[in-house]
Amino acid sequence: MSTPALPLALFAGVDPWIFACSFVTVIITIWMGFRSARTSKTASDFFVAGRSVSVGWNASAISGEYLSAASFMGVAGMVMSSGYDALWYPVCYACGYLFLLLFIAGPLRRFGAYTIPDFAEGRYDSPVFRKIAVCFVLFIGFFYTMPQMKGAGTTLAYIFPGLPYWVGVVLVGAVITLNVALGGMKGITLVQAVQYWIKLFAICVPIFVLMSVYGFYGRHVEVNDGRSIASSVVVNATSAAGGRDAAVTILRKPLGEKAPSDLAWVSPFGPLTTKAAKTAGLTAEQARPYSLLYTYSLIIALVCGTAGLPHILVRFYTNPDGVAAKKTTMWVMILIGVFYVFPPIFGVLGRDLLPELYAATGAKGTDKIVLELPRVLNEHGGVWGSVLSGITCAGAFAAFMSTFSGLLVSMTGALAHDVYGRMLRPKSSAAERMFAFKVSAVVIGAIAIGLGAQVEQLQINFMVGQAFAIAAASYFPLLFMSVWWRGMTMQGAATGMLGGGLAALACTTIINLSDLKIVDLAAFWKVNPLLRILCEQPAIWTVPLAIGLMIGVSKLTAATIPSDIRMKMLVLHAPEKLGLKQEYIQEHSAGAGH
Amino acid sequence: MSPSPSPQERVHSEEFLHTLMRRQLKLSVICATTFLVVLLGLPLANYWAPALMATRIAGFTLSWLILGVLFFPAVWAISWYFIRRSIWLENDEVAQVQAVQPEVKQ
Repeated sequence: MSTPALPLALFAGVDPWIFACSFVTVIITIWMGFRSARTSKTASDFFVAGRSVSVGWNASAISGEYLSAASFMGVAGMVMSSGYDALWYPVCYACGYLFLLLFIAGPLRRFGAYTIPDFAEGRYDSPVFRKIAVCFVLFIGFFYTMPQMKGAGTTLAYIFPGLPYWVGVVLVGAVITLNVALGGMKGITLVQAVQYWIKLFAICVPIFVLMSVYGFYGRHVEVNDGRSIASSVVVNATSAAGGRDAAVTILRKPLGEKAPSDLAWVSPFGPLTTKAAKTAGLTAEQARPYSLLYTYSLIIALVCGTAGLPHILVRFYTNPDGVAAKKTTMWVMILIGVFYVFPPIFGVLGRDLLPELYAATGAKGTDKIVLELPRVLNEHGGVWGSVLSGITCAGAFAAFMSTFSGLLVSMTGALAHDVYGRMLRPKSSAAERMFAFKVSAVVIGAIAIGLGAQVEQLQINFMVGQAFAIAAASYFPLLFMSVWWRGMTMQGAATGMLGGGLAALACTTIINLSDLKIVDLAAFWKVNPLLRILCEQPAIWTVPLAIGLMIGVSKLTAATIPSDIRMKMLVLHAPEKLGLKQEYIQEHSAGAGH
Repeated sequence: MSPSPSPQERVHSEEFLHTLMRRQLKLSVICATTFLVVLLGLPLANYWAPALMATRIAGFTLSWLILGVLFFPAVWAISWYFIRRSIWLENDEVAQVQAVQPEVKQ
């Protein structure tokens, strides 16, 4: 990276171990990206290469692309700051995959549409609908890049304590954008697969060492029982389970002013879900129904949103056949499930060992717990704490670099291929399109950096939740209904997707503007806690709204159901061995011929 | 309306598509329901039985143990069952079509 250009003063306070580990990860990632980019030049190369990839590699690659800065840093930060309620995030990130497997993955794979815009066009024979679908690739993409940028800014501000947050965002954003524009770091299976194992290694090794020194996960949850702590103390946690009375000593530091109390933190319906109601001055008992509503809305957003994430669906096509696709999904669920057990442990240990972070905000707050926590080992002497902290920094780099470059490629593809190549200049030459790809990459990278620099005060995990809420209200209803209901028309699908998606987009934008204090709505939220919750977690009403609109409008426009709907449905649902796809392509090119 | 339709006709019949989609949807819905009962039931349990869910087991509260640890294996079990059944369903559908006339196209 361009570290030599930085003033030497910045290196004051830089831990050499942490710097070395991160630096090596970045260099390896970029080198691997360029190396594989040289061997596979075109998109079809990528897919063909994918088909020869084994189930294990492909599952690692999907997991590698999926685990972003939110999973790596955000989950731990949020568990530390909000406690139990934040556990819904990792669980639903992993379980959303089940919905994808049950309802969408198989049919979509048989249909052979590589992206959601491809599917939208193929299912409804409508290029117009394709354009609408492309717009949502960009909306969801930008919401998803913001937390990745926050992760980058936070990590760099941690490695170089003197560096302002925005410089980190610009630096990492520029390096990745340049890399994508020059043709490196396409979604290469090998790179993504290796990234998964780097991330798993980086999250579990430090936590095993920490737990062996400071005590087991469960013991650290146990000491959060409401006892007041005056100074740095050792709390005796007695193991009541199994009749054994072995006393375990757990180190615990006093909590700061801003930390939530033990009971609120460890119990359901804690600070995360009751914030709106508490602001409105409701009592704990009155706030409980609001918390329940918030929890359900969050679950719907995350589970449905995972099933509608555009950049994940693409990967299902790199399997040789349907059986392999299903086996891959099974392995993906196991790989990401194993991963998601670990980040909450960082949050729990962080609350007991490093409560200083509660006092800070932005890039210095709880979002950096994964990076900072292993350094407490340095209290025991030696450099192992720094080495382990360097390893988690390397994992963080792997996380936001892989996700950001994956997103950048899919968004740039949408802009260059769909907007420029199909809408603006359908007759452009290959060289012009290549140039358009590079320009698009730079434009999108610049916008992502600009947005990322604004969001220092927002939690990583919260922002990813918003991207999921938009996907849940737009793509999920579209895919689910198009696959299982043959009465859907293009008008119905478009209205539902636009209605639900734009409603969710508007809500999340309002919340972000108000949380960043750009628009002052504090007084309004105080009077209307219910509206605040429905706006902060809109999925509970936007998903039914989208599905309702789809059904209603489709019934009204039933005359426009595609004439070959039975054939389309057969292709979606009949086993591939019957060879209906080839038949469909022949009929289609002979018939309509567009 | 011949008494025994050719596999070609059979595959393209309304009835075949209907059975096909119904059988697959039924399996998906069964698995999704099992999953949703656990997923949506846990907040309800937290809401109506907070004392029970706060019981400490190996240091964790019961609710924490379920959500933070036990949930993942449960989901693996559901997806394993789904994959096994759906592969079986597909093979069965292919076998049904080919039973009518073995030399159906590849």
